[in-house]
Amino acid sequence: MTQTNRIAGGQIDRSQTLRFHFDGLPYSGHPGDTLASALLANGVRLMGRSFKYHRPRGPLSAGSEEPNALVQLRSGARQEPNTRATVAELFDGLTATSQNAWPSLKFDALAINDRFNTFFTAGFYYKTFMWPAAFWEKVYEPIIRRAAGLGALSTLEDPDCYDKGFLHCDLLVIGAGPAGLQAALTAGRSGARVILADEDFRMGGRLNAETFGIGDQTGADWAAATVAELATMPNVRLMARTTILAAMDHGIYSAVERVSDHLPEPLPNKPRQTLWRIYSRKAILTAGATERPIPFENNDRPGILLAGSLRAYANRWGVTVGDRVAVFTNNDDGLRTATDLQAKGVDVVAVIDTRPGGPLLPGIRHLQGAEVIDSAGRLGLQSITIRDAKGRVETIACTALGTTGGWNPNLNIASHHRSKPEWSDTLATFLPGAGGPANLTSAGAAAGLFSTHAALASGDETARAALETLGITAPAQTLPQAEDAPVAITPHWYVKGSARAWVDLQNDVTIKDIKLAHQENFAGVEHLKRYTTLGMATDQGKTGNTIGLAVMAELTGQSIPATGTTTYRPPYTPVSMGALAGRGRGQEFKPKRLTPSHKWAAEQGAIFVEVGYWLRTQWLPRPGETTWRESVDREVLQTRKSVGICDVTTLGKIDIQGTDAGAFLDRVYANTFSTLAVGKCRYGLMLREDGIVFDDGTTARMGPNEYVMTTTTANAVTVFRHLEFCRQCLWPDMDVQLISTTEAWAQYSVAGPNARKLLQKLVDQDISDAAFPYMGAGEITVQGTHARLFRISFSGELAYEIAVPTRYGDALIRALVTAGEEFDAVVYGTEALGVMRIEKGHVAGNELNGQSTALNMGLGKMVSRKKDAIGVALSAREGLTKDDGLRLVGVKPVDHSKAMQAGSHFLKTGAEPTAAHDDGWLTSMIYSPHMGHHIALGYLRNGTNRIGEKMRVVNLLNKTEVEVEIVSPHFIDPEGSRLRA
Amino acid sequence: MLEPLSPLGHAVPEATTIGPFTITERTDTALASLAIRYGRAADVTATAAAAGIPLPKPGRHEIQTLAAFWLAPDMWMIEAPFVPHEDIRAHLLTLFHDAASITEQTDAWVRLDLTAPDLPALMERLCNTDLRAAPVGFATRTVIDHLGCYLIKRSDRDITLYGPRSSAQTLHHALTVAALSLT
Repeated sequence: MTQTNRIAGGQIDRSQTLRFHFDGLPYSGHPGDTLASALLANGVRLMGRSFKYHRPRGPLSAGSEEPNALVQLRSGARQEPNTRATVAELFDGLTATSQNAWPSLKFDALAINDRFNTFFTAGFYYKTFMWPAAFWEKVYEPIIRRAAGLGALSTLEDPDCYDKGFLHCDLLVIGAGPAGLQAALTAGRSGARVILADEDFRMGGRLNAETFGIGDQTGADWAAATVAELATMPNVRLMARTTILAAMDHGIYSAVERVSDHLPEPLPNKPRQTLWRIYSRKAILTAGATERPIPFENNDRPGILLAGSLRAYANRWGVTVGDRVAVFTNNDDGLRTATDLQAKGVDVVAVIDTRPGGPLLPGIRHLQGAEVIDSAGRLGLQSITIRDAKGRVETIACTALGTTGGWNPNLNIASHHRSKPEWSDTLATFLPGAGGPANLTSAGAAAGLFSTHAALASGDETARAALETLGITAPAQTLPQAEDAPVAITPHWYVKGSARAWVDLQNDVTIKDIKLAHQENFAGVEHLKRYTTLGMATDQGKTGNTIGLAVMAELTGQSIPATGTTTYRPPYTPVSMGALAGRGRGQEFKPKRLTPSHKWAAEQGAIFVEVGYWLRTQWLPRPGETTWRESVDREVLQTRKSVGICDVTTLGKIDIQGTDAGAFLDRVYANTFSTLAVGKCRYGLMLREDGIVFDDGTTARMGPNEYVMTTTTANAVTVFRHLEFCRQCLWPDMDVQLISTTEAWAQYSVAGPNARKLLQKLVDQDISDAAFPYMGAGEITVQGTHARLFRISFSGELAYEIAVPTRYGDALIRALVTAGEEFDAVVYGTEALGVMRIEKGHVAGNELNGQSTALNMGLGKMVSRKKDAIGVALSAREGLTKDDGLRLVGVKPVDHSKAMQAGSHFLKTGAEPTAAHDDGWLTSMIYSPHMGHHIALGYLRNGTNRIGEKMRVVNLLNKTEVEVEIVSPHFIDPEGSRLRA
Repeated sequence: MLEPLSPLGHAVPEATTIGPFTITERTDTALASLAIRYGRAADVTATAAAAGIPLPKPGRHEIQTLAAFWLAPDMWMIEAPFVPHEDIRAHLLTLFHDAASITEQTDAWVRLDLTAPDLPALMERLCNTDLRAAPVGFATRTVIDHLGCYLIKRSDRDITLYGPRSSAQTLHHALTVAALSLT
């Protein structure tokens, strides 16, 4: 199709032709076009179907406020629904399809909804789908969703990457129209660090859409020259294609930069979009204004646009929407559309001006005191019906109509901190109110200053004032001459007598719907919004909200400001989820922490498990082993039989020094550490303030004023943070210094009867039982490398933990494995670790569940009453110290062939499986290769006194029930003789 | 004799060049934290001055005989050549004795040095530090890809990042991806 509606002029590059497809048909355009301008140039006005009634729709606007012309852009995995054709930059090869239409855009079967509009009024769903209740989720909602949706997701993985970043400036200028450009120029010339962001790909704002000049240049040329000057300034960052989405706290603004959306696909390694966090000392909102229409009966046909947009298509893109154009206005700005189009040779058939008097436009049929009362044309405007000042009705043939009811400042960002806009009777619109973002000032049309001169002057003055507060003085300058026409508007909110006059075109909200909401007492603005959906969805009511408020004000007899506005919330325009995620998706969702033995383990084919950010070896399969149980059983049995090695680097390590280090530990641990001898370590139990167990681990005394604390892997950070809080806030007078050393040391557990023999081959010192007894700790050397050794055991075997500086961790695991060959040593993972700790009856994460006390765990004696420590007082609460409270027990199935399930609840034999009979639950369950059957730990009511009792463990979710016997939690070596061997 | 491995898993640290950006892993620096014990500020200050160990103000990195950057109130990270300071804690203890708490930190961190004519363009995609405005000698704690890091501006075209050692590969990957996006 040829560009039949392309006219002279515009800021497009006619030397190049871009090919694109819409709904499978080929079209052409030029660089500088949007998809909407190119389609209009090709005579395509019908671009979509409406949300509810599936009425034919074309673009209403030429910008980001567009409610109608929503398309699916691109195809395959890059398909993006609900893209506004008015801001989609044309590129060669672009493909777009219409949405919300079946089987085709021109014949949409669901347009039948329009015939039944009487039923589909506001509140239709709430009234109609009341019963039966069970139908809502399964029947009604799926049908409604299928019928009402707009675009569709491809459901394929997004092939593009997204980035995020952080920028800093003295002055952020939001919007690059005349006010924004002037503000940036004033600030840029002062040397301040400036960021000028604009959502458009061409800076200049309305200057690109108008014909009036600035100085001796056209507005567009002045904008281009100003942008060129700004581009030479190293202190100014120009960010086109960048939308400021939100004002956050402390001068921070979020922005999305569409880096590659104007390209067929991003260049290699380049993001599609970047989400920026902009730290600004001062900010100026120069986001311009959005025009609003005057609703009349059937005002939604393709070809009916905002008057300023009709003018923009002609002036900026060299496009006329139709060959016969009319304008419907209540203000002087609308007259510009008529004169501009006429100057371009377009047939302007009439200007319908609601105002009764004033000068007439020369050479144009200017009907004063008139209204448009209806329109006709099935898939696009063919005629309008007007009623003149004398009440005569006339039908005028036209294919395009520009309507304007005035302009609303784009005050969204200024209203983000719950600032309420203020009403201006003179301008018939809301202006930015007080209480907005503290560092933000509005200028230009965003502040209600609509003339070009006022925009330039306010941009300059606002920037100057903002810089002044930063101690920066901008050099004096003379502003160029520009038009300074006052706003001449007589409010005319809608055409009386209209019913199906669209206020919110995206949500199909009409005057009739607003009246219905009022009739049904949903008159408050927030109720109005939710009842009718006015102002929802992707355009957030940018063109319709104020009209809706005005209609409601009229119905209630209140003023518009008394009626109020809904709350402005981010984002200003829709943001792709990918931009919010940035790089953080898939494998890059979170960082990885690799243990010192990771490289070696990966070489061995280890199976890894995520433990927080850590990747730990879960088990190490050997050739021939086909199930994880085979590997784990082997690792456990061999460790207990000879020796096993396990990477325990992930346990938190905190270096605690200072002359009060011992006293400090006495306060943070429930048991005592100040009496611990140098060269020894002790198991410690840490409580929360409420007496519940927080964490456990061993702490070693390496010197008189020096301790090394170990924490659980999961709580390494939270314990460190807790200790810092105690040190800094609770007891600032204590001489204690803390630093994490988790990463600094590679630490391996060496456990089993041959642990000492293995280690002695590598350690340079005597580590016999006499020289290095149970719970010993000290500095040693490993083949000359300084190291630390702790004689502690989690498995219940003779065991040590040996630590070397992390750089030697890889070498040490290899040395341990080599030295262990003569003992058939195994390396075991977290599964075997878990098996052995349960066999030994040690508590871990499943038991330290944030609701259990030391008493529950059978560790009540560790809570020293001889000193004060965090949590000790509240651990003595009556409810936590009941004799028949939960106690840790061991559990084994009566029939050894049966497995149990962790989480199952204890029930007495014959008891109903109800909460009233609940006696506790299984916390941890494993298969014990040592015992030859499954075993478990659990919290059982009065458990200590129920050893030997037979009962049931019941899991109602999985419908399992196993008869069990309650036993000691220590399945292995209850006397602890192995530890001390 | 145990052989060391670099945080990125190399026997000998390597450099990566992506366009104008060079990312170099460094293992020739020994690190230790030094914290003044209660009431011993005068002792530590005097000893440090005599030994040529700077105790810079917040946000600063300084170089004398050894180098240091600020970590927290009354706490610094001391940088020293790995040779001959492999056992840096022992070295510092002989100077400060019980006036300070000293903890070896060499292997807690991966050190990555970045060189390029325009490093702010890279770092603005990684962290919220205003590197463009930061003076030479600036040092700060920041977050890159969820990882707590220290950033030191050594010159207008040289910075050092200290990131958690176990996440060295994640940090290096983040730097690489950001650098690639600029080439």
